Amino acid sequence: MMKFGVVVFPGSNCDYDTFHVLQNVMGQETVFLWHKDHDLQGVDCVVLPGGFSYGDYLRSGAIARFSPIMREIKKFADSGGLILGICNGFQILLEAGLLPGAMLRNKNLKFLCQQVNIRIENNRTAFSGAGKKGQVLRIPIAHFDGNYYAPPELLSELEKNNQIVFRYCDRKGQLTEEANVNGSVNSIAGLINRQGNVLGMMPHPERASENILGSEDGKVIFRSLIDYLEKKKGTGKKKTVRAVRPAVSPLPPLIGTF
Amino acid sequence: MKVRILVSLKESVLDPQGQTVRNALHTLGYHQVKDVRQGKVFELELEGLNRQDAEKIIPEISDRVLANPIIEKFSWEIMEA
Amino acid sequence: MIDAKTLADHNLTREEYDLIVKLIGREPNLTELGIFSVMWSEHCGYKSSRVHLKKFPTRGKHLIQGPGENAGVMDIGDGLAVVFKIESHNHPSYIEPYQGAATGVGGILRDIFTMGARPVAVLDSLRFGPIDEPRNRSIMDGVVSGISGYGNSFGVPTVGGEVYFNDCYAQNPLVNVCCLGLARKDKLFLARAHGPGNAVIYVGAKTGRDGIHGATMASAEFGEETEHKRPNVQVGDPFKEKLLLEACLEAMSRNLIIGIQDMGAAGLTCSTTEMAAKAGTGMEINLDLVPQREAGMNPYEIMLSESQERMLIVAEPDKVEELQRIFNKWDLDAVVIGKVTGDGQLKAYFQGQLVIDIPVEAVVDLCPAYRRPAATPAFLKKATRLRLPEMPSDLNQVFLQLLASPNIADKEWVFRQYDHMVQVNTMVLPGADAAVLRLKGLKKGLAITLDGNSLYTYLNPRKGGQIAVAEACRNLACAGAAPIGVTNCLNFGNPEKPEVMWQFKQAVEGIAEACRQFEIPVTGGNVSFYNETEGKAVYPTPVLGIIGLVENTSLVPAAGFRAAGETIILLGENKAELGGSEYLRLVFSEEKGEPPTLNFEKEKRVQECCRQAIMAGLVRTAHDLSEGGLALALAECSFKGQRRIGFQVKLNDAIRTDALLFGESQSRIILVARQKNVRKILALARKMKVPARIIGQTGGRKMVIWHRKKKVIDQPLDLGFRAWKNAIPDYFKIKKN
Repeated sequence: MMKFGVVVFPGSNCDYDTFHVLQNVMGQETVFLWHKDHDLQGVDCVVLPGGFSYGDYLRSGAIARFSPIMREIKKFADSGGLILGICNGFQILLEAGLLPGAMLRNKNLKFLCQQVNIRIENNRTAFSGAGKKGQVLRIPIAHFDGNYYAPPELLSELEKNNQIVFRYCDRKGQLTEEANVNGSVNSIAGLINRQGNVLGMMPHPERASENILGSEDGKVIFRSLIDYLEKKKGTGKKKTVRAVRPAVSPLPPLIGTF
Repeated sequence: MKVRILVSLKESVLDPQGQTVRNALHTLGYHQVKDVRQGKVFELELEGLNRQDAEKIIPEISDRVLANPIIEKFSWEIMEA
Repeated sequence: MIDAKTLADHNLTREEYDLIVKLIGREPNLTELGIFSVMWSEHCGYKSSRVHLKKFPTRGKHLIQGPGENAGVMDIGDGLAVVFKIESHNHPSYIEPYQGAATGVGGILRDIFTMGARPVAVLDSLRFGPIDEPRNRSIMDGVVSGISGYGNSFGVPTVGGEVYFNDCYAQNPLVNVCCLGLARKDKLFLARAHGPGNAVIYVGAKTGRDGIHGATMASAEFGEETEHKRPNVQVGDPFKEKLLLEACLEAMSRNLIIGIQDMGAAGLTCSTTEMAAKAGTGMEINLDLVPQREAGMNPYEIMLSESQERMLIVAEPDKVEELQRIFNKWDLDAVVIGKVTGDGQLKAYFQGQLVIDIPVEAVVDLCPAYRRPAATPAFLKKATRLRLPEMPSDLNQVFLQLLASPNIADKEWVFRQYDHMVQVNTMVLPGADAAVLRLKGLKKGLAITLDGNSLYTYLNPRKGGQIAVAEACRNLACAGAAPIGVTNCLNFGNPEKPEVMWQFKQAVEGIAEACRQFEIPVTGGNVSFYNETEGKAVYPTPVLGIIGLVENTSLVPAAGFRAAGETIILLGENKAELGGSEYLRLVFSEEKGEPPTLNFEKEKRVQECCRQAIMAGLVRTAHDLSEGGLALALAECSFKGQRRIGFQVKLNDAIRTDALLFGESQSRIILVARQKNVRKILALARKMKVPARIIGQTGGRKMVIWHRKKKVIDQPLDLGFRAWKNAIPDYFKIKKN
């Protein structure tokens, strides 16, 4: 079993959701990491969840990057630790300089909450290894600032280095203007750093990890991470024993246990 | 000391908010408006700094926190000493 | 001295003033007058409605908490309780649509978490003037953005609701927000200031001059000068509210709180007096200790400010320190401003002076109740007399026209601005009859719906009220849920007008009767009077929020067709009823006639049959018939699936074709089933004495309806879909030059 840490910033609101999926659906040990903490509790992977950290009043993710926990996360990243940023988490990674580029307001200037299709562009990463190249995943988005921007030189570098992991596409995997709902440059929905250990994505895989909610495609991302970590830890042998699913409480545990 | 800092998108970055405002002005008949760029204004009240120090710290604050240098530029003025 | 003008400014009558003097034994000072004025306003005191609201049934088997608290509470088993309520924010939303709607969401969220529940879903009922008017569009845009801005940031999913357009709302839009939360049954909190000597603690945002007299504003008609009332509107801070939620729930989980109430309308006034009155205690506070955002505020302003994101907590003195530690952890203020006393008085000090000294009971419980005169409106006779217009020759075209009617067309433009999935519980997305939430780790789930047809209520308030309840329950039945509790928001005109009072009384009686029929208690809600601008009232608009329990969430049917070749079954009977229909309104501009009939026995049987068929796992798709009738319900099923699927339907009813296609007869539901289950459904219906028949099949790229061997509707799926899908977004297309 791997240990995941879900960071809680003031204003994070997908922290419980991500926690729920990692622990109850994927069966992994999961802990919350409080933004004022200086300790990552020995996790194998850090997840920055969605939400509106600090109300996103300055710019999305702009203030969260100054949190104490972010210093630890930077060190963790430098030492090769796995970091997944979802939605607001992606925005924070951009603001913190752990990923290149920036976010602009969606092209239609509205908040967008809907199902989108994304295509796996690169499956040779720790975050996408359980998928196939070209595979289309149906995962929802929910954001106001998801219009990814990179200046031309950076963009060509990202393309050249195969750093674009997910792109918005239509049902059949075609890249169209219509499918690129927020207007991201080159339809970018998710990208990885040069070293391959930090990934940010706007779609919410934790919202597409249970059949009862309409899609399980998001599990590809979590599965990839678990496989990668198991392989790394277990001297190349994949564990066959799955963790027992813990009992789920219909009410999320009240914060107060940090 | 009062300082006003203006943050707006770089010229090279598309500004849909500004464009929407421009289009709205056009529909209202203000065709003289050729372009609109939308930005943010921050008014800071500083204390315990002389002008020289202030001129050092303001661009630092702007670059580090108030603006995202990848997409935004900033300008500033000291309004009253 | 209190003169006539001051009284008028405070919306108090001379008689009311005399009563105040009698109750407190002297003339009140201005601050005290302000306190009485808000607490005795229609908004807080329910003085015109109270005598009628007593008619609602308030007992039921799942009931934990009925009217009188911040929200109603129902027991849903497994140690869980659902806490829910609906509120209006009509007047603020007209003055400043974005902030008005946003603070409406903020207010109802606080009502829910102040009881110890985590808000898990929001629904809104929105009513605007015609969408083709730019002014109405801009109000709508602001309201939707405001709801989205607040709810999304706070992290509560907005899972459904309704959007309706009519001329009558042009000068007076309605914004009703309903919220439901989940709590542990053994961890519910009430607004009670028990225990003299306990500390009174102010938490959350600082107090500013915002919204002073919002409650009295909500209790007066609009005139031209309302445009200048802008500074009264409060500004919401969803980020702060999110912190407040987490801090409050954390403090509650550690048993640090005796009583808690949010500072909503009437702010500090309402929370101090109500908490003390309900506990039979008093309170003493020092206004100098109240955290203030602006300099130089006087007692009147501090007591009446409606600054958002604030709560009042009563706690034992030795718990204060730990409480403060929790609030500080969440970057919030928690300041002791006074203590609970045993003398039944609210006493407040300001700069060393005693500035308020009034009995809380007088303020809270002795607000006069009026039995205002009621009289049947004169227009009714004419409005209900309907001579049916000649049937249009091309009903196929009418069908397309109805699909594009903003009242029927797809509302995705609205709900995709709402985060409807956060908290990962939303099973049925907005746009279906009812929203369904799974409960993590449990087989069962919750369903919730908002409903109310104001045109019916305008034509027949009693029947309109009945139908609103019946239809909301029917929506729940289509999700396989049984109704358990009701909240309602009653939006009416000026109650001092006998015609309005009559509408109110009739509608309340209709709702009460229907709730008794369905055996569901009313757990609270909100009355919004004075929805008039320059003497023109909105249609009487009761909005019903009903929650239901789904035994097994894995059996909840879809809102749209799921595959071709499945059988379409109609439960209920088609009748020749066109009165009050969207068809007459849209095609003939007639808002006339008698609304459809409702027979409770038949209605209940249809719903029960639908529910049983679903819970037996026989149903793939279920949809209730409402605005636009049978033809539009079928079309919606075609459009709302994962992919679009057409239908072939054959009907032989001996009624006018337009009434058959577009009439809005009650007690009808479409069920879609696989071939092998059809007989079982029909047998079940027979057993339950519910009329049921096969009317057609799903499949193909067309929507086709035959009536007595004549093809009356024949529309390509894509054309109809575009009309339905694009109607609303097309109005908002950014014009490019």
